[in-house]
Amino acid sequence: MSMSQEYVELFKAKEQLLEKASPSFMMNIREEAIHQFGKTGLPDHKSELYKYTSLQKLFEPKYNMQLQPSNVEFRVEDIFNCDVPNLQTRLEIILNGFYKVNGTALTRLDNGIIIGSFAEALRKYPELVKEHYAKHAGFEKDSLVALNTAFAIDGLFIYVPKGQVLEEPVQVVHLPMTGYDTMLHYRNLFIMEENASAEVIVCDHTLSPFRFLTNSVTEIYIGSGAQFHYSRIQNEHLNSNLLTNLFIHQEADSTVRSNTISLHGGLIRNNTNVLLNARGCNNETYGLFLSDKNQHIDNYVNIDHAKPECTSTQLFKGILNDQSTGAFNGRILVRQDAQKTLAYQTNNNILMSDEAKMNSKPQLEIYADDVRCSHGATTGQLDENALFYMQSRGIPRQEARLLMLYAFAHEVIEKIQVTPLKDRINHLVDKRLRNELSRCNNCSMACGDLPIPD
Amino acid sequence: MLSIKDLKVIVAEKEILSGINLDVKAGEVHAIMGPNGSGKSTLATAIAGRDVMDITHGSIKYMGENLLEMDPEERAKKGIFLCFQYPVEIPGVSMVNFMKTAVNEHRLFNGLEPLSAGDFLKYMREKKELVEFDSQLTNRSVNEGFSGGEKKKNEIFQMALLEPKLAILDETDSGLDIDALKIVANGVNTLKNKDNATIVITHYQRLLDYIIPDFVHVLYDGRIVKSSGRELALELEEKGYDWIKEEAGRQEK
Ligand SMILES: Nc1ncnc2c1ncn2[C@@H]1O[C@H](COP(=O)(O)OP(=O)(O)OP(=O)(O)O)[C@@H](O)[C@H]1O
Ligand SMILES: [Mg+2]
Repeated sequence: MSMSQEYVELFKAKEQLLEKASPSFMMNIREEAIHQFGKTGLPDHKSELYKYTSLQKLFEPKYNMQLQPSNVEFRVEDIFNCDVPNLQTRLEIILNGFYKVNGTALTRLDNGIIIGSFAEALRKYPELVKEHYAKHAGFEKDSLVALNTAFAIDGLFIYVPKGQVLEEPVQVVHLPMTGYDTMLHYRNLFIMEENASAEVIVCDHTLSPFRFLTNSVTEIYIGSGAQFHYSRIQNEHLNSNLLTNLFIHQEADSTVRSNTISLHGGLIRNNTNVLLNARGCNNETYGLFLSDKNQHIDNYVNIDHAKPECTSTQLFKGILNDQSTGAFNGRILVRQDAQKTLAYQTNNNILMSDEAKMNSKPQLEIYADDVRCSHGATTGQLDENALFYMQSRGIPRQEARLLMLYAFAHEVIEKIQVTPLKDRINHLVDKRLRNELSRCNNCSMACGDLPIPD
Repeated sequence: MLSIKDLKVIVAEKEILSGINLDVKAGEVHAIMGPNGSGKSTLATAIAGRDVMDITHGSIKYMGENLLEMDPEERAKKGIFLCFQYPVEIPGVSMVNFMKTAVNEHRLFNGLEPLSAGDFLKYMREKKELVEFDSQLTNRSVNEGFSGGEKKKNEIFQMALLEPKLAILDETDSGLDIDALKIVANGVNTLKNKDNATIVITHYQRLLDYIIPDFVHVLYDGRIVKSSGRELALELEEKGYDWIKEEAGRQEK
């Protein structure tokens, strides 16, 4: 049986469970999605999009598909790595793909803002969800999205009505924590209506030492004039693999800034798809990764300039050590209609060892004539002349390297505008560069010390 | 203080230094002159510890220790300072952070407590005044976008902060306007005392009007072919290097 067929069979076997988990209209979508997945299967090495990241290999081991909430307890201090000192946030936890209920599953604030479980939102506000669900993350051409759409049950839901401001940043901690190898699918949906504004911080983290494969989809709708800031810190152990699929739909004069900091993990593939669907949008997509050992980190960005007078900026940087590998593929599509587009893309990487490898590929498709686009990519080693210069001032070579790496990373970190978060990330990156984030072997968390849940 | 014996250096498969002998004692100022490409900077960076070169023969002793066994940072902490002919730009690394790290590494080495951020800024202000260094420049990344002259002044400023025992100035005067030249020379003279020594590499007699050398050496084709008092610099300024080259040629035969 082919691998994709196995998932189709699994879907059939779990049909009843899935039917019960969500309102009935969801089942049609699930069925379409699994059908699609069965037809296309996972992209293989011949696929341009997954040339440097083998999904086949990633899906090969046997995982338990997590389709029910788990009832494990953990101490909040165990996720201290996600804590941002001096920043008051609203903490939400997605445990093994399910919203961890703390009081109520879905909260409606006075100003109409709704935050909480996506599964619960499906039941309570089906019309609101239906308007956006699977509308931005199409599964017809994307088998990871198809698989997620078939199996994902819960996740985080945020709705900010017209003109409202989410005062406190929302901090979402995604925690895989099981006692066996596990595959997780969760689904986030954030809806920002006209002139709404919100800040979301996502922390990907693990608390148990098993093999994990997370395939998440996040759909974000940004109404006209709305503002949305999204920061993501990925810090997992070497056996934890992340496939993130982010879909951002922007309407007129809206602003989105996203910043993805990949500190540690096994295999990480971040897909960021942005549709600039009306005049005057601004999108900034930033990313930084630090990899070592045999990690693999691949960032794919696809910015679709569908309408005129939008601006997009991409800045991605990577520091690769040991035998780690990385890839960056940044696509800018400027449609015929999108006159006066400004689109910028930069990708810089530093190789710290001879064995580390980076593949960087810009992809510009421009069908309008009055546009300004630029792209540049560099991959190289630290400047020996600069290192010697610093050494000649008495700075040990190792410290000199750190100063330069830190300066390199800083260009991305400084784009984060929430100061306490920026300070926290600076601190984490500094520790990571000094190799102090590794606690037990190969792991950046202290999960070895924790009881293994059943 | 510094004793170089029969030093031979190969860079990129070419012998650049072919048996250098040089003795520098505390309190002395040595000038090294010589045509372009003769190996002056190679000698300076060999003392500072650049590892792109192959030292195939000879020795360098510094305060009785084998310098060739030390990392560049160790040499620096033991008091060697090179004013680079071409100071390096380090984008993103701030001057303050760079020099604070350097000063505190020196302090650590000398068994002193590191300076706090505030104390360091105070120390920096003092030294800035001493060498008349533009205060705005320390707010920027190391040498990034500095003019040629500003880079040279920055070298002297760093030297003032680190208070070396042996300073090597590699063409610190080139690219400086007359006022800056005086400031730089003044800085060097202020920092000079009987316990430290200076090696000045230059093409021009002018700097030597301000920093008075005890010895002038001519480096030609990887060898010191002539050593004399300060009057040699004047002679070179007047006559150029042809007569030196001829003399050296005659000695070869
Ligand atoms: N990394 C290198 N690769 C190849 N050749 C080199 C390298 N470094 C120095 N050289 C050569 O060594 C020779 C001596 O260079 P050096 O910089 O020491 O000369 P210099 O006396 O300082 O000259 P100048 O007065 O122009 O500064 C030159 O011919 C130079 O091209
Ligand atoms: Mg030179």
